[in-house]
Amino acid sequence: MSLQEHPHHHAHGAGHGHSLVPSDPALRTKALESLLTEKGLVDPAAIDAWIDAYERRIGPRRGAAIVARAWVDADFKRRLLQDANAAIAPFGFLGREAQHVVVLENTAAIHNMIVCTLCSCYPWGLLGLPPRWYKAAPYRARAVIDPRGVLREFGLELDEATEVRVWDSTAEIRYMVLPQRPEGSEHMTEEQLAELVTRDSMIGVAQVQVAKAAAR
Amino acid sequence: MNGIHDLGGMHGMGPIAPEKEGEEPLWHAPWEARMFGMRRGGTLPPGYNIDRWRHVRELIPPDLYLQRSYYDHWCMSYFAALLDGGWATEEEIASGHAAPGSAKRNDAMRPDQVGQAQKTGGRFARALDTPPLFAIGQRVRTRNINPTGHTRLPRYVRGKVGIVQLHHGGHVFPDSNAHKAGEAPQHLYTVAFPFRELWGPDASAVDEACADLWESYLEPA
Amino acid sequence: MSPHDHHHHDHGEPGLGEHHHIHSKLPSDPALRVKALESLLTEKGLVDPATIDAWVETYESKIGPRIGARVVARAWVDSEFKRRLLADATKTLDEIDLLGNQGQHMVAVENTPQLHNMVVCTLCSCYPLPLLGLPPSWYKSAPYRSRVVIDPRGVLKEFGVELPAETKIRVWDSTAEVRYLVVPQRPNGSDGMSEEQLAALVTRDSMIGTGLVSLT
Repeated sequence: MSLQEHPHHHAHGAGHGHSLVPSDPALRTKALESLLTEKGLVDPAAIDAWIDAYERRIGPRRGAAIVARAWVDADFKRRLLQDANAAIAPFGFLGREAQHVVVLENTAAIHNMIVCTLCSCYPWGLLGLPPRWYKAAPYRARAVIDPRGVLREFGLELDEATEVRVWDSTAEIRYMVLPQRPEGSEHMTEEQLAELVTRDSMIGVAQVQVAKAAAR
Repeated sequence: MNGIHDLGGMHGMGPIAPEKEGEEPLWHAPWEARMFGMRRGGTLPPGYNIDRWRHVRELIPPDLYLQRSYYDHWCMSYFAALLDGGWATEEEIASGHAAPGSAKRNDAMRPDQVGQAQKTGGRFARALDTPPLFAIGQRVRTRNINPTGHTRLPRYVRGKVGIVQLHHGGHVFPDSNAHKAGEAPQHLYTVAFPFRELWGPDASAVDEACADLWESYLEPA
Repeated sequence: MSPHDHHHHDHGEPGLGEHHHIHSKLPSDPALRVKALESLLTEKGLVDPATIDAWVETYESKIGPRIGARVVARAWVDSEFKRRLLADATKTLDEIDLLGNQGQHMVAVENTPQLHNMVVCTLCSCYPLPLLGLPPSWYKSAPYRSRVVIDPRGVLKEFGVELPAETKIRVWDSTAEVRYLVVPQRPNGSDGMSEEQLAALVTRDSMIGTGLVSLT
């Protein structure tokens, strides 16, 4: 079987629903795990460890800590925007899924947002697991042709004069948005600021607001 | 619309695997024949011309569009058209039956009208007062437009330079006709695009693809 | 107003797309879906079941590729007819009463040793029904529609046809209401044959451009 002949495409054309694998994704995944385990290709304990890492340790709080630091430390922010890898390295967040990071600053003049039209590339090491919508066809198809329409669905209406810049992650560069620090946050500590930062604001589909965080 | 129906040049759709000519059945299931006859002989709501019908097909969710076969597309589109035209409720569609006591029309095509309908249906040429902007042999470039409604300008020829091959006179403009905005006829041309213009330097140096394109899709090159 | 605005209002009708949520309410078996539609249309007086039968009968016994084959055979034996067919197929076919639904605006294109024509409809499945009858399944399928405009030689190989590299292939994408008929090359060795014998040689695929006519 060639690479192009996926087992689920084995018999082509309408009406020939033959399939080599179970139709229920839970059963499909179970069948794969059994096969891999029996062949010694995966250790079930390693699966558990990966799940645990993303359930407990790796998530958007990492990105939020970086954003809050940038808001309070002008020199860190300068270094972060210039060479994100070097600036983030001391946090220990770089790794398998965030090797080459570029941080993009949102301002009143420019609003950055991130997509991966071709698959679903995402800065996992900084933001954790991507949300379902980020991996789904509607966001991937529409972000590059109708970004303002997409932002409206997230409740964000940008000024016409604000430039929208969409970053399509077509290579191994991973982008993270540095959102604008909200008005009314001047007195807040770095920890308090980090609490305000949402995952969506670091993808670029939302802005950070003080009131919203207070209401949470 | 930049939809799943706009297939030209996509990879990964698999082999064509044609059934051998002469050995293929005319219908692959009895329901295909019923659906064919319903589409040809059934009444559609006002505003349903070939273009609006095609647009409704384009709006089939992409996963279903690829999974389901041709006459099945017709079935889904007919249901959608009934709902769009206000001729059936969601409840009627879900049940597959008219609500008790609802109105019944008496003007559907009769069997004895089929022969004439087959002969005369579907004429789209329209006389135009305006002279054509382009001449056979002229170089033209297709516009890079991305209408969210119906269009017959496939993505793979947008922004490309080709040579006018044929001029067909005025034809009904689908981009307008699909949306109840009138026939708005325009000059229609067949434009030939060299494969290297469409697909780059690795493509055949001799092969061409032609598409039938309305005047407003084109500009001089 | 630019000529552009003149013709391309952005005509998307959001409500129209939303109608497709009804698909989840329909039977999942296509036979039952079509049956439900027929019941509904019949009960509302939108279709007469006897008319459905009449349409089916028309394409089962009256209209099919033998019509196109007779046109091709006549063009092979009658050079004046061929000249008129290639110059104005609509007029020429109208004179012999061969126009019809899905084939009122016809263009005939001639295959030669230098030029091989093929027909497709990438956007839907347009086809010259009055001359060739109902299109085969493969003509309406995603593989043919997607590939023939980018890899016509690969497609031809699947049909068992290999053309010299110097033969130009011209693919006609039926994006409007013009329908194309390929006049295939008359095979070598058919010189003594009658028009009827020649018509019997002409395959449907040769008139789409996915086949050649041969004596065997």
